[in-house]
Amino acid sequence: MCLAIPAKVHQVNGDSALVSIGNVEYKASLLLLKDVKEGDYIMLHAGFAIEKVDKKEAARMLALFREIEDSKTT
Amino acid sequence: MRYIDDYRDGLLMKELVGEIRKISVSPVVLMEVCGSHTMAIHKFGIQSLLPPAIRLVSGPGCPVCVSSMGFVDKAIALSRMDHAITVTYGDLIRVPGSESSLEKERSNGSDIRIIYSLLEALVIAKNNPEHPVIFPAIGFETTAPATAAVVKKAAKEEIHNFFVLSAHKIMSPVLKALVDGPLKIDGFLAPGHVSAITGSSIYQELADKYGRCVVISGFEPVDIFQSIRMLINQVNSRQPRVEIEYSRVVKPEGNPAARRIMNEVFEPADEIWRGFGNIPLSGLKFRKEYDRFDAEKIFPVKVPEFHEPAGCRCGEVLRGMIDPTACSLFAVSCTPDNPIGACMISSEGTCAAYYKYRKLT
Repeated sequence: MCLAIPAKVHQVNGDSALVSIGNVEYKASLLLLKDVKEGDYIMLHAGFAIEKVDKKEAARMLALFREIEDSKTT
Repeated sequence: MRYIDDYRDGLLMKELVGEIRKISVSPVVLMEVCGSHTMAIHKFGIQSLLPPAIRLVSGPGCPVCVSSMGFVDKAIALSRMDHAITVTYGDLIRVPGSESSLEKERSNGSDIRIIYSLLEALVIAKNNPEHPVIFPAIGFETTAPATAAVVKKAAKEEIHNFFVLSAHKIMSPVLKALVDGPLKIDGFLAPGHVSAITGSSIYQELADKYGRCVVISGFEPVDIFQSIRMLINQVNSRQPRVEIEYSRVVKPEGNPAARRIMNEVFEPADEIWRGFGNIPLSGLKFRKEYDRFDAEKIFPVKVPEFHEPAGCRCGEVLRGMIDPTACSLFAVSCTPDNPIGACMISSEGTCAAYYKYRKLT
């Protein structure tokens, strides 16, 4: 029920945005999330963008995870 | 897919499992409180990769499962009204009330439509001005702001035939009911998308006052292993606190704009939970300014008192007291094709997850 999926923003039109999930396009509502820009990734839940995906934070966490991996192999 | 594949990296998971095995010293019970976590844990066979000292139990995080039978009975009664159109998310349609379900009502001729976004309901309402369009609303803080946003939009656009039967619930009171209960839970894998709205402060009391460890987790296997690792480190250090693993989506302050919309339309009220009974101030009901959208006030219906189906132990499953396999109905008379309890009916219910993936775990 609380499922949300990452979707890429292609175009913002007022209260909605054209987004894609893989090859599927969808018109997502922006009533719950402001300051969305083209190129952002949003989390889509029941048709609504509920939060942005923080790209820097995603990269930072993945780098942290990889460190564990690297410390083992080196 | 971006932001999914990286978190399903087998090598990374193997390393995380190795780390967890190294730091796991004493028996711990960790509860996940989100149906999507339950599904991911079973789908990826996560329990089977953990050391035996770590026991994962499922909590009351599936909104369909914790909805009371009385609520379903009300939704059914409203769907039987003349000219009524019921709009619902797909999750709710198969859930039985005391004598029927929305699915059965639909095959008996009631106008019941499945929607993905609640905005579709406003289009239906505009196109059918003579028909009351009724939305039985379930879900936690992830979903409730969308309901509130659509109610506000209906008010602005002066749509007078859209109504909501709210069984929306909020997360923190039920967590408190759990720690006051008989099961000793050392740590919580907190729901990522609820927390995207609420932020991390709703869990602070669990750590500060009740000494429970909390990690807000994402939904991919790497997220879940990393969250378990963070929880075990917290348990070992004897310093319970609230941490965010799912930091690419969850900010400590959550989404204040969404909360503002939710709180403008709804206010906390007592709510009945399957398996728990009444939990004070755990539900969301309409504020006075919006009560013309409240299906409960506009179309009052009386429904019979709620009884669990004979032999069904859903209530104990929802509180993490038993595994589904301890229920004598499980996989015998209660299966996904012929479900008896709500935990088997919902695709993200604990019993459905156990049934579907039991060979893996």
